[in-house]
Amino acid sequence: MNIYVLDQDSALDFYTNKLGLKVIIDAPMNEYARWLTVGTAEQPGFEINLTPVHESILHSQGTVEALKDLVKKGTFGVGIFTCTDIMATYEELRSKGVEFIKPPTKEFYGTEALFKDDSGNWFSLAQLTPVL
Amino acid sequence: MAYPQTYPKLYFYRRIVQAKLFIDHHFAEKIELHAIADEAFYSRFHFIRQFKNTYHQTPHQYLTNVRMQHAEKLLAEGLPVAVVCIAVGYEELSSFSRLFKRKTSMNPSDFQDKQRVLQKQIAAAPLSVIPHCFAYQYGWLEKEQFQTNVL
Repeated sequence: MNIYVLDQDSALDFYTNKLGLKVIIDAPMNEYARWLTVGTAEQPGFEINLTPVHESILHSQGTVEALKDLVKKGTFGVGIFTCTDIMATYEELRSKGVEFIKPPTKEFYGTEALFKDDSGNWFSLAQLTPVL
Repeated sequence: MAYPQTYPKLYFYRRIVQAKLFIDHHFAEKIELHAIADEAFYSRFHFIRQFKNTYHQTPHQYLTNVRMQHAEKLLAEGLPVAVVCIAVGYEELSSFSRLFKRKTSMNPSDFQDKQRVLQKQIAAAPLSVIPHCFAYQYGWLEKEQFQTNVL
């Protein structure tokens, strides 16, 4: 899974030191980008690629600027992190400086909060109601 | 309906989270359960119960897991096993090795050897670990210094 980030070093700090993920592959390719993936021990085989927003064969410089702007604005809701105890996880992430845009709120599918990463991407943090 | 700031259980959660963060920051020290329980302002019995209800593992199990995670990181960085043992809070190499093997199914030196081989492979042939679609996007496939042969 790819997540566009504005700065790979800053993103690495956020996803490892704040969210508690671990580095799986960190392969420098050149002076501005590296193949950087993180994941959890609970889901081996699933990797999150922290993708730098940079000019490439697919993205012109104009597209890069537009994409960076969209990331900063929080346009992209990337996915859901589930947890077994949302209040504990919420309190811990808050104490580590993670910015929440919605506190834990009861929904029909469970309890959900929303937070942003250091680039602006937003995620759901959810404790899901078991499906019978 | 959002949880109000005055939600009574919030106070208890904050105490348990405080204890967990205490373990996260002090895992390398010789910490006793009563010290961790003190951080949460709980009796030892209640602390273990509340911690397990929240994190589905006892404080001791969590401490061991934190130590092993850091051990994996330090071993991957190339530090000697004996140094890693002390750095993550164990005094005896045999205890550390036994717990490490229980968690990873490998003894520390075998784990370190495996990481060394992987890192050599990444350094010598980065494209062996990078999907080609990604490498193509950034024009890395055209660069002569990158190979796809796995060492």
